[in-house]
Amino acid sequence: MLKISNLVKRYGHGEPVLKGLDLEVPGNSVVAIIGASGAGKSTLLRCINRLVEPTSGTIALNDIVLSDLKGRELRAARRRIGMIFQSFNLVDRLTVMENVQSGRLGYLPFWRAASRRYPKRDIRRAYELMERVGIAHYANKRADELSGGERQRVGVVRALMQEPEILLADEPTASLDPKTSEQIMELLRSLSAEFALPVLINIHNVAEARLYTDRIVGMRYGKIMFDAEPSRLDKAAMDEIYAGLPAEERGEEETPAPSLQVSAA
Amino acid sequence: MSQTRETWPETWHRPPMIANPVLRYGLAAAVLVYALWAVTSLPFDWQRAAEGLARAQRIFAGSIPPSFERSGLLIDGFLESIKIAILATVGGVLLSIPIAFMAAKNLAPKPIYLLGRAIIIVARSFHPVIVAILFVKAVGFGPLAGVLTLIVYSVGFVAKMLAERIEEIDWGQVEAMRSVGAGYLSTLFYAVFPQIMPRQIGLSIYQLDSNLRASAVVGIVGAGGIGSTLANAFGRYDYDFALAITMVIVGAILVSEGISGQIRKRIW
Repeated sequence: MLKISNLVKRYGHGEPVLKGLDLEVPGNSVVAIIGASGAGKSTLLRCINRLVEPTSGTIALNDIVLSDLKGRELRAARRRIGMIFQSFNLVDRLTVMENVQSGRLGYLPFWRAASRRYPKRDIRRAYELMERVGIAHYANKRADELSGGERQRVGVVRALMQEPEILLADEPTASLDPKTSEQIMELLRSLSAEFALPVLINIHNVAEARLYTDRIVGMRYGKIMFDAEPSRLDKAAMDEIYAGLPAEERGEEETPAPSLQVSAA
Repeated sequence: MSQTRETWPETWHRPPMIANPVLRYGLAAAVLVYALWAVTSLPFDWQRAAEGLARAQRIFAGSIPPSFERSGLLIDGFLESIKIAILATVGGVLLSIPIAFMAAKNLAPKPIYLLGRAIIIVARSFHPVIVAILFVKAVGFGPLAGVLTLIVYSVGFVAKMLAERIEEIDWGQVEAMRSVGAGYLSTLFYAVFPQIMPRQIGLSIYQLDSNLRASAVVGIVGAGGIGSTLANAFGRYDYDFALAITMVIVGAILVSEGISGQIRKRIW
Protein backbone atom coordinates (compact mmCIF):
# COMPACT_ATOMS: atom_id res chain seq x y z
CA MET A 1 0.00 0.00 0.00
CA LEU A 2 1.20 3.46 -0.95
CA LYS A 3 0.47 6.18 1.53
CA ILE A 4 1.22 9.84 0.82
CA SER A 5 0.48 12.42 3.46
CA ASN A 6 0.69 16.19 3.39
CA LEU A 7 3.12 16.17 0.46
CA VAL A 8 4.47 19.59 -0.51
CA LYS A 9 6.85 20.30 -3.37
CA ARG A 10 8.14 23.75 -4.14
CA TYR A 11 10.67 24.50 -6.89
CA GLY A 12 12.89 27.39 -5.85
CA HIS A 13 10.93 30.11 -4.07
CA GLY A 14 7.82 30.06 -6.26
CA GLU A 15 4.31 28.83 -5.61
CA PRO A 16 4.37 25.16 -4.49
CA VAL A 17 3.58 22.68 -7.26
CA LEU A 18 2.11 20.25 -4.73
CA LYS A 19 0.21 21.79 -1.83
CA GLY A 20 -0.24 19.36 1.03
CA LEU A 21 -1.42 16.36 -0.92
CA ASP A 22 -2.85 13.19 0.66
CA LEU A 23 -3.33 9.97 -1.28
CA GLU A 24 -3.66 6.30 -0.43
CA VAL A 25 -3.42 3.51 -2.94
CA PRO A 26 -4.29 0.18 -1.32
CA GLY A 27 -3.97 -3.27 -2.88
CA ASN A 28 -3.55 -3.75 -6.59
CA SER A 29 -5.80 -1.11 -8.04
CA VAL A 30 -5.16 0.81 -11.24
CA VAL A 31 -5.40 4.50 -10.49
CA ALA A 32 -5.49 7.23 -13.12
CA ILE A 33 -4.31 10.72 -12.25
CA ILE A 34 -5.81 13.33 -14.53
CA GLY A 35 -5.48 17.08 -14.66
CA ALA A 36 -4.29 19.91 -16.88
CA SER A 37 -0.62 20.38 -17.70
CA GLY A 38 1.07 22.01 -14.74
CA ALA A 39 -1.32 20.48 -12.22
CA GLY A 40 1.60 18.61 -10.62
CA LYS A 41 0.90 15.06 -11.84
CA SER A 42 4.44 14.42 -13.02
CA THR A 43 5.94 15.98 -9.91
CA LEU A 44 3.73 13.76 -7.74
CA LEU A 45 4.95 10.55 -9.44
CA ARG A 46 8.56 11.71 -9.37
CA CYS A 47 8.33 12.50 -5.66
CA ILE A 48 7.35 8.91 -4.97
CA ASN A 49 10.60 7.46 -6.35
CA ARG A 50 12.48 10.61 -5.41
CA LEU A 51 13.57 11.60 -8.91
CA VAL A 52 12.20 14.84 -7.54
CA GLU A 53 12.99 15.70 -3.93
CA PRO A 54 9.82 16.49 -1.92
CA THR A 55 9.90 19.71 0.11
CA SER A 56 7.92 18.23 3.00
CA GLY A 57 5.42 15.49 3.82
CA THR A 58 5.83 11.74 3.94
CA ILE A 59 5.54 8.97 1.39
CA ALA A 60 5.46 5.36 2.53
CA LEU A 61 5.36 2.21 0.43
CA ASN A 62 4.37 -0.95 2.32
CA ASP A 63 5.36 0.68 5.61
CA ILE A 64 8.79 1.80 4.40
CA VAL A 65 9.04 5.59 4.57
CA LEU A 66 10.58 6.58 1.24
CA SER A 67 10.74 10.29 1.82
CA ASP A 68 13.77 10.32 4.11
CA LEU A 69 15.96 7.58 2.62
CA LYS A 70 19.48 8.37 1.42
CA GLY A 71 22.18 6.82 -0.77
CA ARG A 72 22.25 3.03 -0.74
CA GLU A 73 18.91 2.74 1.08
CA LEU A 74 17.24 5.04 -1.44
CA ARG A 75 18.58 2.97 -4.33
CA ALA A 76 17.35 -0.20 -2.63
CA ALA A 77 13.88 1.35 -2.29
CA ARG A 78 13.85 2.50 -5.91
CA ARG A 79 14.41 -1.09 -7.04
CA ARG A 80 10.93 -1.83 -5.76
CA ILE A 81 9.30 1.00 -7.73
CA GLY A 82 8.92 0.50 -11.45
CA MET A 83 8.56 3.54 -13.68
CA ILE A 84 7.31 3.91 -17.23
CA PHE A 85 7.96 7.13 -19.14
CA GLN A 86 6.18 9.15 -21.79
CA SER A 87 9.19 9.15 -24.10
CA PHE A 88 10.06 5.57 -23.11
CA ASN A 89 13.59 6.55 -21.99
CA LEU A 90 15.16 3.46 -23.47
CA VAL A 91 18.88 3.44 -24.16
CA ASP A 92 18.59 3.72 -27.94
CA ARG A 93 21.94 2.26 -28.87
CA LEU A 94 21.65 -0.83 -26.67
CA THR A 95 19.78 -4.01 -27.55
CA VAL A 96 16.32 -4.76 -26.27
CA MET A 97 17.81 -7.40 -23.95
CA GLU A 98 20.26 -4.91 -22.45
CA ASN A 99 17.46 -2.42 -21.96
CA VAL A 100 15.30 -5.03 -20.28
CA GLN A 101 18.19 -6.17 -18.06
CA SER A 102 18.86 -2.58 -17.06
CA GLY A 103 15.79 -3.01 -14.84
CA ARG A 104 18.03 -5.24 -12.70
CA LEU A 105 20.84 -2.69 -12.34
CA GLY A 106 19.84 -1.96 -8.76
CA TYR A 107 20.47 -5.60 -7.88
CA LEU A 108 23.48 -6.38 -10.06
CA PRO A 109 27.08 -5.61 -9.05
CA PHE A 110 28.63 -3.03 -11.38
CA TRP A 111 31.21 -5.32 -12.99
CA ARG A 112 28.56 -7.88 -13.97
CA ALA A 113 26.37 -5.16 -15.44
CA ALA A 114 29.28 -3.61 -17.35
CA SER A 115 30.39 -6.99 -18.76
CA ARG A 116 26.79 -8.02 -19.56
CA ARG A 117 27.12 -11.22 -17.53
CA TYR A 118 23.49 -11.41 -16.47
CA PRO A 119 22.34 -14.16 -14.07
CA LYS A 120 20.52 -17.08 -15.72
CA ARG A 121 17.47 -16.41 -13.64
CA ASP A 122 17.24 -12.84 -14.94
CA ILE A 123 17.63 -13.95 -18.54
CA ARG A 124 14.88 -16.54 -18.11
CA ARG A 125 12.61 -13.93 -16.52
CA ALA A 126 13.41 -11.43 -19.28
CA TYR A 127 12.38 -13.87 -22.01
CA GLU A 128 9.20 -14.81 -20.14
CA LEU A 129 8.16 -11.19 -19.72
CA MET A 130 9.10 -10.24 -23.28
CA GLU A 131 7.09 -13.22 -24.50
CA ARG A 132 4.17 -12.08 -22.34
CA VAL A 133 4.08 -8.62 -23.99
CA GLY A 134 5.01 -9.91 -27.46
CA ILE A 135 8.54 -8.63 -28.01
CA ALA A 136 10.67 -11.73 -27.31
CA HIS A 137 11.76 -11.97 -30.97
CA TYR A 138 13.31 -8.49 -30.74
CA ALA A 139 15.73 -9.42 -27.94
CA ASN A 140 18.83 -8.78 -30.08
CA LYS A 141 17.52 -5.74 -31.95
CA ARG A 142 18.66 -2.28 -31.08
CA ALA A 143 16.02 -0.35 -29.14
CA ASP A 144 15.88 2.46 -31.69
CA GLU A 145 14.81 0.05 -34.43
CA LEU A 146 11.47 -0.60 -32.73
CA SER A 147 8.16 1.21 -33.22
CA GLY A 148 6.66 3.38 -30.48
CA GLY A 149 4.32 0.71 -29.12
CA GLU A 150 7.09 -1.89 -29.10
CA ARG A 151 9.43 0.54 -27.36
CA GLN A 152 6.90 1.18 -24.64
CA ARG A 153 6.54 -2.59 -24.18
CA VAL A 154 10.30 -2.73 -23.62
CA GLY A 155 9.80 0.03 -21.06
CA VAL A 156 7.09 -2.01 -19.33
CA VAL A 157 9.24 -5.16 -19.26
CA ARG A 158 12.19 -3.16 -17.89
CA ALA A 159 9.99 -1.98 -15.03
CA LEU A 160 8.65 -5.49 -14.38
CA MET A 161 12.19 -6.88 -14.28
CA GLN A 162 12.64 -4.89 -11.09
CA GLU A 163 10.03 -7.14 -9.44
CA PRO A 164 8.36 -3.93 -8.35
CA GLU A 165 5.81 -3.48 -5.59
CA ILE A 166 4.23 -0.59 -7.47
CA LEU A 167 4.27 0.73 -11.02
CA LEU A 168 4.36 4.44 -11.83
CA ALA A 169 3.46 5.39 -15.37
CA ASP A 170 4.03 9.01 -16.43
CA GLU A 171 1.86 9.61 -19.50
CA PRO A 172 2.73 6.17 -20.88
CA THR A 173 0.54 6.56 -23.95
CA ALA A 174 1.00 10.23 -24.81
CA SER A 175 3.61 9.50 -27.51
CA LEU A 176 1.59 6.70 -29.10
CA ASP A 177 -1.16 6.50 -31.71
CA PRO A 178 -4.71 5.85 -30.39
CA LYS A 179 -4.77 2.15 -31.23
CA THR A 180 -1.36 1.38 -29.70
CA SER A 181 -2.25 3.61 -26.79
CA GLU A 182 -5.28 1.43 -25.97
CA GLN A 183 -3.16 -1.72 -26.24
CA ILE A 184 -0.66 -0.35 -23.72
CA MET A 185 -3.43 0.66 -21.30
CA GLU A 186 -5.00 -2.78 -21.63
CA LEU A 187 -1.59 -4.32 -21.01
CA LEU A 188 -0.99 -2.25 -17.89
CA ARG A 189 -4.42 -3.20 -16.61
CA SER A 190 -3.94 -6.91 -17.11
CA LEU A 191 -0.38 -6.87 -15.74
CA SER A 192 -1.68 -5.16 -12.62
CA ALA A 193 -4.06 -8.05 -12.02
CA GLU A 194 -1.51 -10.69 -13.01
CA PHE A 195 1.29 -9.45 -10.73
CA ALA A 196 -1.01 -8.05 -8.01
CA LEU A 197 0.57 -4.63 -8.61
CA PRO A 198 -0.85 -1.24 -7.82
CA VAL A 199 -0.41 1.02 -10.86
CA LEU A 200 -0.47 4.82 -10.87
CA ILE A 201 -0.97 6.31 -14.31
CA ASN A 202 -0.71 9.97 -15.22
CA ILE A 203 -2.86 10.43 -18.23
CA HIS A 204 -4.34 13.20 -20.38
CA ASN A 205 -6.77 10.97 -22.21
CA VAL A 206 -9.81 10.95 -19.93
CA ALA A 207 -11.69 8.45 -22.10
CA GLU A 208 -8.88 5.92 -21.63
CA ALA A 209 -8.72 6.71 -17.94
CA ARG A 210 -12.42 5.87 -17.62
CA LEU A 211 -12.10 2.67 -19.60
CA TYR A 212 -9.00 1.12 -18.16
CA THR A 213 -8.73 2.19 -14.54
CA ASP A 214 -10.55 1.47 -11.28
CA ARG A 215 -10.22 4.88 -9.76
CA ILE A 216 -9.65 8.41 -11.02
CA VAL A 217 -7.82 11.10 -9.10
CA GLY A 218 -8.31 14.60 -10.50
CA MET A 219 -5.59 17.14 -9.72
CA ARG A 220 -5.62 20.88 -10.12
CA TYR A 221 -2.83 23.25 -9.06
CA GLY A 222 -1.20 20.82 -6.71
CA LYS A 223 -4.33 19.66 -4.93
CA ILE A 224 -6.63 16.69 -5.34
CA MET A 225 -10.05 17.92 -6.52
CA PHE A 226 -11.66 14.60 -7.27
CA ASP A 227 -11.11 11.02 -6.14
CA ALA A 228 -13.64 8.34 -6.99
CA GLU A 229 -14.46 5.50 -9.35
CA PRO A 230 -14.63 6.46 -13.06
CA SER A 231 -18.44 6.33 -13.23
CA ARG A 232 -18.70 9.25 -10.82
CA LEU A 233 -16.57 11.54 -13.01
CA ASP A 234 -19.41 13.68 -14.37
CA LYS A 235 -19.49 16.99 -16.24
CA ALA A 236 -19.34 19.06 -13.05
CA ALA A 237 -16.29 17.18 -11.77
CA MET A 238 -14.56 17.53 -15.16
CA ASP A 239 -15.21 21.27 -15.16
CA GLU A 240 -13.77 21.58 -11.72
CA ILE A 241 -10.59 19.70 -12.66
CA TYR A 242 -9.94 21.36 -16.00
CA ALA A 243 -11.59 24.79 -15.83
CA GLY A 244 -9.71 28.04 -15.43
CA LEU A 245 -6.20 29.24 -15.94
CA PRO A 246 -3.36 29.08 -13.42
CA ALA A 247 -3.47 32.87 -12.95
CA GLU A 248 -7.08 32.69 -11.91
CA GLU A 249 -6.43 30.05 -9.29
CA ARG A 250 -3.42 31.82 -7.81
CA GLY A 251 -5.40 35.06 -7.83
CA GLU A 252 -7.97 33.60 -5.44
CA GLU A 253 -5.36 33.37 -2.75
CA GLU A 254 -3.49 36.67 -3.00
CA THR A 255 -4.50 39.29 -5.53
CA PRO A 256 -7.87 39.69 -7.23
CA ALA A 257 -8.34 37.49 -10.27
CA PRO A 258 -7.34 39.23 -13.52
CA SER A 259 -10.20 39.52 -15.96
CA LEU A 260 -9.92 36.90 -18.67
CA GLN A 261 -12.55 38.46 -20.87
CA VAL A 262 -10.27 41.12 -22.34
CA SER A 263 -7.78 38.82 -24.01
CA ALA A 264 -10.45 36.37 -25.10
CA ALA A 265 -12.60 39.01 -26.81
CA MET B 1 -7.31 41.89 -35.56
CA SER B 2 -8.84 44.89 -37.32
CA GLN B 3 -6.22 44.97 -40.11
CA THR B 4 -7.68 43.76 -43.39
CA ARG B 5 -5.91 41.70 -46.00
CA GLU B 6 -5.42 44.65 -48.41
CA THR B 7 -3.24 46.63 -46.02
CA TRP B 8 -0.40 44.07 -45.86
CA PRO B 9 2.60 44.98 -48.07
CA GLU B 10 3.47 42.87 -51.08
CA THR B 11 7.23 43.02 -50.73
CA TRP B 12 9.17 41.45 -47.91
CA HIS B 13 12.74 41.72 -46.72
CA ARG B 14 14.43 39.55 -44.19
CA PRO B 15 14.92 41.52 -40.97
CA PRO B 16 18.65 42.45 -40.71
CA MET B 17 20.77 40.57 -38.16
CA ILE B 18 21.77 43.84 -36.45
CA ALA B 19 18.59 45.88 -36.19
CA ASN B 20 20.17 49.29 -35.48
CA PRO B 21 21.38 50.70 -38.87
CA VAL B 22 23.94 53.00 -37.25
CA LEU B 23 25.49 50.06 -35.44
CA ARG B 24 25.26 47.86 -38.54
CA TYR B 25 27.10 50.16 -40.94
CA GLY B 26 29.29 51.62 -38.21
CA LEU B 27 30.64 48.16 -37.40
CA ALA B 28 31.47 47.43 -41.05
CA ALA B 29 33.19 50.80 -41.41
CA ALA B 30 35.18 50.27 -38.21
CA VAL B 31 36.51 46.91 -39.41
CA LEU B 32 37.53 48.41 -42.74
CA VAL B 33 39.27 51.41 -41.17
CA TYR B 34 41.13 49.21 -38.68
CA ALA B 35 42.36 46.89 -41.46
CA LEU B 36 43.66 49.88 -43.46
CA TRP B 37 45.37 51.31 -40.41
CA ALA B 38 46.94 47.92 -39.60
CA VAL B 39 48.35 47.56 -43.13
CA THR B 40 49.88 51.05 -43.14
CA SER B 41 51.27 50.90 -39.60
CA LEU B 42 52.88 47.42 -39.59
CA PRO B 43 56.54 47.41 -40.68
CA PHE B 44 56.09 45.53 -43.96
CA ASP B 45 59.32 45.57 -45.97
CA TRP B 46 57.98 45.44 -49.52
CA GLN B 47 61.40 45.65 -51.10
CA ARG B 48 62.67 42.65 -49.15
CA ALA B 49 59.55 40.74 -50.13
CA ALA B 50 60.20 41.50 -53.80
CA GLU B 51 63.74 40.16 -53.51
CA GLY B 52 62.34 37.12 -51.75
CA LEU B 53 60.33 36.20 -54.81
CA ALA B 54 63.53 35.46 -56.68
CA ARG B 55 64.76 33.40 -53.74
CA ALA B 56 61.50 31.49 -53.61
CA GLN B 57 61.88 30.74 -57.27
CA ARG B 58 65.37 29.36 -56.63
CA ILE B 59 64.04 27.12 -53.87
CA PHE B 60 61.26 25.77 -56.06
CA ALA B 61 63.60 25.29 -58.99
CA GLY B 62 66.03 23.47 -56.74
CA SER B 63 63.32 21.22 -55.42
CA ILE B 64 62.30 19.85 -58.82
CA PRO B 65 62.52 16.99 -59.47
CA PRO B 66 61.94 15.68 -55.94
CA SER B 67 64.67 13.37 -54.75
CA PHE B 68 63.81 10.06 -53.17
CA GLU B 69 67.48 9.03 -53.00
CA ARG B 70 67.55 9.02 -49.21
CA SER B 71 64.22 7.25 -48.89
CA GLY B 72 65.58 5.24 -45.94
CA LEU B 73 65.76 8.43 -43.91
CA LEU B 74 62.33 9.46 -45.12
CA ILE B 75 60.74 6.12 -44.15
CA ASP B 76 62.41 6.13 -40.72
CA GLY B 77 61.17 9.64 -40.04
CA PHE B 78 57.73 8.79 -41.21
CA LEU B 79 57.44 5.62 -39.15
CA GLU B 80 58.55 7.62 -36.13
CA SER B 81 55.81 10.17 -36.83
CA ILE B 82 53.20 7.41 -37.00
CA LYS B 83 54.41 5.97 -33.69
CA ILE B 84 54.29 9.42 -32.11
CA ALA B 85 50.80 10.06 -33.45
CA ILE B 86 49.41 6.70 -32.29
CA LEU B 87 50.96 6.89 -28.82
CA ALA B 88 49.76 10.46 -28.39
CA THR B 89 46.24 9.57 -29.56
CA VAL B 90 45.91 6.60 -27.22
CA GLY B 91 47.31 8.54 -24.28
CA GLY B 92 45.38 11.69 -25.11
CA VAL B 93 42.04 9.94 -25.57
CA LEU B 94 42.44 7.88 -22.38
CA LEU B 95 43.16 11.08 -20.45
CA SER B 96 40.36 12.94 -22.22
CA ILE B 97 37.55 10.63 -21.11
CA PRO B 98 37.79 11.32 -17.36
CA ILE B 99 38.54 14.99 -17.98
CA ALA B 100 35.48 15.26 -20.23
CA PHE B 101 33.30 13.77 -17.49
CA MET B 102 34.78 16.24 -15.03
CA ALA B 103 34.03 19.09 -17.41
CA ALA B 104 30.41 18.14 -18.14
CA LYS B 105 28.08 20.50 -16.31
CA ASN B 106 25.23 18.02 -16.05
CA LEU B 107 27.25 15.23 -14.40
CA ALA B 108 29.98 16.88 -12.35
CA PRO B 109 29.59 18.88 -9.14
CA LYS B 110 30.54 22.54 -9.51
CA PRO B 111 34.17 22.46 -8.18
CA ILE B 112 35.02 19.38 -10.26
CA TYR B 113 33.40 21.00 -13.28
CA LEU B 114 35.52 24.12 -12.89
CA LEU B 115 38.68 22.04 -12.51
CA GLY B 116 37.84 20.03 -15.63
CA ARG B 117 37.16 23.19 -17.64
CA ALA B 118 40.39 24.73 -16.39
CA ILE B 119 42.43 21.73 -17.56
CA ILE B 120 40.82 21.95 -20.99
CA ILE B 121 41.37 25.70 -21.27
CA VAL B 122 45.05 25.37 -20.34
CA ALA B 123 45.50 22.50 -22.83
CA ARG B 124 43.86 24.54 -25.58
CA SER B 125 45.41 27.89 -24.97
CA PHE B 126 48.84 27.14 -26.48
CA HIS B 127 49.51 26.17 -30.06
CA PRO B 128 51.23 22.75 -30.32
CA VAL B 129 54.41 24.41 -31.59
CA ILE B 130 54.72 26.43 -28.39
CA VAL B 131 53.97 23.38 -26.25
CA ALA B 132 56.55 21.45 -28.27
CA ILE B 133 59.21 24.10 -27.64
CA LEU B 134 58.50 23.82 -23.90
CA PHE B 135 58.68 20.02 -23.92
CA VAL B 136 61.85 20.00 -26.03
CA LYS B 137 63.41 22.24 -23.38
CA ALA B 138 62.08 19.99 -20.61
CA VAL B 139 62.81 16.48 -21.93
CA GLY B 140 65.25 17.15 -24.77
CA PHE B 141 65.09 16.72 -28.54
CA GLY B 142 63.31 13.69 -29.94
CA PRO B 143 60.06 11.77 -30.03
CA LEU B 144 59.23 11.91 -26.30
CA ALA B 145 58.75 15.67 -26.56
CA GLY B 146 56.53 15.05 -29.60
CA VAL B 147 54.36 12.49 -27.83
CA LEU B 148 53.90 14.71 -24.77
CA THR B 149 53.06 17.72 -26.93
CA LEU B 150 50.43 15.87 -28.91
CA ILE B 151 48.90 14.37 -25.75
CA VAL B 152 48.28 17.91 -24.50
CA TYR B 153 46.96 18.87 -27.92
CA SER B 154 44.62 15.82 -27.98
CA VAL B 155 43.28 16.49 -24.50
CA GLY B 156 42.46 20.07 -25.44
CA PHE B 157 40.37 19.02 -28.38
CA VAL B 158 38.91 15.60 -27.51
CA ALA B 159 38.01 16.42 -23.90
CA LYS B 160 36.30 19.64 -24.94
CA MET B 161 34.23 18.08 -27.70
CA LEU B 162 33.38 15.04 -25.58
CA ALA B 163 32.32 17.20 -22.63
CA GLU B 164 29.99 19.10 -24.94
CA ARG B 165 28.51 15.82 -26.17
CA ILE B 166 28.01 14.63 -22.59
CA GLU B 167 26.14 17.84 -21.83
CA GLU B 168 23.79 17.13 -24.73
CA ILE B 169 22.78 13.60 -23.71
CA ASP B 170 19.13 12.64 -23.40
CA TRP B 171 18.62 12.97 -19.65
CA GLY B 172 15.58 10.70 -19.73
CA GLN B 173 17.83 7.66 -20.10
CA VAL B 174 19.78 8.71 -17.03
CA GLU B 175 16.52 9.26 -15.18
CA ALA B 176 15.37 5.77 -16.12
CA MET B 177 18.55 4.23 -14.70
CA ARG B 178 18.20 6.23 -11.50
CA SER B 179 14.59 5.12 -11.19
CA VAL B 180 15.55 1.43 -11.18
CA GLY B 181 18.01 2.10 -8.34
CA ALA B 182 21.21 1.77 -10.41
CA GLY B 183 24.45 3.01 -8.85
CA TYR B 184 26.61 5.82 -10.26
CA LEU B 185 28.96 3.68 -12.34
CA SER B 186 26.18 1.46 -13.69
CA THR B 187 24.26 4.57 -14.70
CA LEU B 188 27.33 5.89 -16.53
CA PHE B 189 27.87 2.62 -18.35
CA TYR B 190 24.25 2.06 -19.32
CA ALA B 191 22.82 5.53 -19.85
CA VAL B 192 25.78 7.78 -20.72
CA PHE B 193 28.45 5.76 -22.55
CA PRO B 194 26.12 4.33 -25.21
CA GLN B 195 24.98 7.84 -26.06
CA ILE B 196 28.46 9.32 -26.40
CA MET B 197 30.12 6.26 -27.98
CA PRO B 198 29.78 7.24 -31.67
CA ARG B 199 31.15 10.71 -30.95
CA GLN B 200 33.97 9.21 -28.90
CA ILE B 201 35.06 6.90 -31.69
CA GLY B 202 34.72 9.63 -34.31
CA LEU B 203 36.78 12.04 -32.23
CA SER B 204 39.52 9.47 -31.63
CA ILE B 205 39.88 8.74 -35.33
CA TYR B 206 39.82 12.42 -36.19
CA GLN B 207 42.44 13.08 -33.53
CA LEU B 208 44.74 10.36 -34.92
CA ASP B 209 44.51 12.12 -38.25
CA SER B 210 45.13 15.45 -36.71
CA ASN B 211 48.07 14.20 -34.62
CA LEU B 212 49.73 12.78 -37.72
CA ARG B 213 49.53 16.22 -39.33
CA ALA B 214 50.63 18.03 -36.19
CA SER B 215 53.55 15.64 -35.61
CA ALA B 216 55.10 16.92 -38.85
CA VAL B 217 54.82 20.50 -37.57
CA VAL B 218 56.11 19.94 -34.04
CA GLY B 219 59.00 17.94 -35.50
CA ILE B 220 60.32 21.15 -37.03
CA VAL B 221 61.08 22.54 -33.58
CA GLY B 222 62.85 19.34 -32.60
CA ALA B 223 60.14 17.02 -31.33
CA GLY B 224 61.09 14.08 -33.54
CA GLY B 225 59.42 12.39 -36.50
CA ILE B 226 59.18 13.41 -40.13
CA GLY B 227 59.14 17.09 -39.15
CA SER B 228 62.70 16.82 -37.89
CA THR B 229 63.75 15.15 -41.13
CA LEU B 230 62.08 17.97 -43.04
CA ALA B 231 63.74 20.67 -40.94
CA ASN B 232 67.15 19.05 -41.48
CA ALA B 233 66.60 18.86 -45.23
CA PHE B 234 65.76 22.57 -45.33
CA GLY B 235 68.73 23.39 -43.16
CA ARG B 236 71.08 21.67 -45.61
CA TYR B 237 69.44 23.28 -48.68
CA ASP B 238 68.33 19.84 -49.89
CA TYR B 239 65.17 21.29 -51.42
CA ASP B 240 64.60 18.28 -53.67
CA PHE B 241 64.58 15.99 -50.64
CA ALA B 242 62.32 18.44 -48.78
CA LEU B 243 59.83 18.32 -51.64
CA ALA B 244 59.87 14.53 -51.55
CA ILE B 245 59.12 14.60 -47.82
CA THR B 246 56.33 17.14 -48.29
CA MET B 247 54.76 15.01 -50.99
CA VAL B 248 54.81 11.96 -48.77
CA ILE B 249 53.22 13.92 -45.89
CA VAL B 250 50.43 15.21 -48.12
CA GLY B 251 49.85 11.72 -49.54
CA ALA B 252 49.73 10.13 -46.11
CA ILE B 253 47.28 12.71 -44.82
CA LEU B 254 45.01 12.21 -47.82
CA VAL B 255 45.02 8.45 -47.23
CA SER B 256 44.35 8.77 -43.50
CA GLU B 257 41.55 11.28 -44.08
CA GLY B 258 39.94 8.93 -46.56
CA ILE B 259 40.15 5.98 -44.18
CA SER B 260 38.92 7.89 -41.14
CA GLY B 261 36.04 9.37 -43.13
CA GLN B 262 34.95 5.88 -44.14
CA ILE B 263 35.17 4.54 -40.60
CA ARG B 264 33.26 7.45 -39.10
CA LYS B 265 30.51 6.99 -41.67
CA ARG B 266 30.05 3.36 -40.68
CA ILE B 267 29.97 3.52 -36.88
CA TRP B 268 26.55 5.11 -36.59
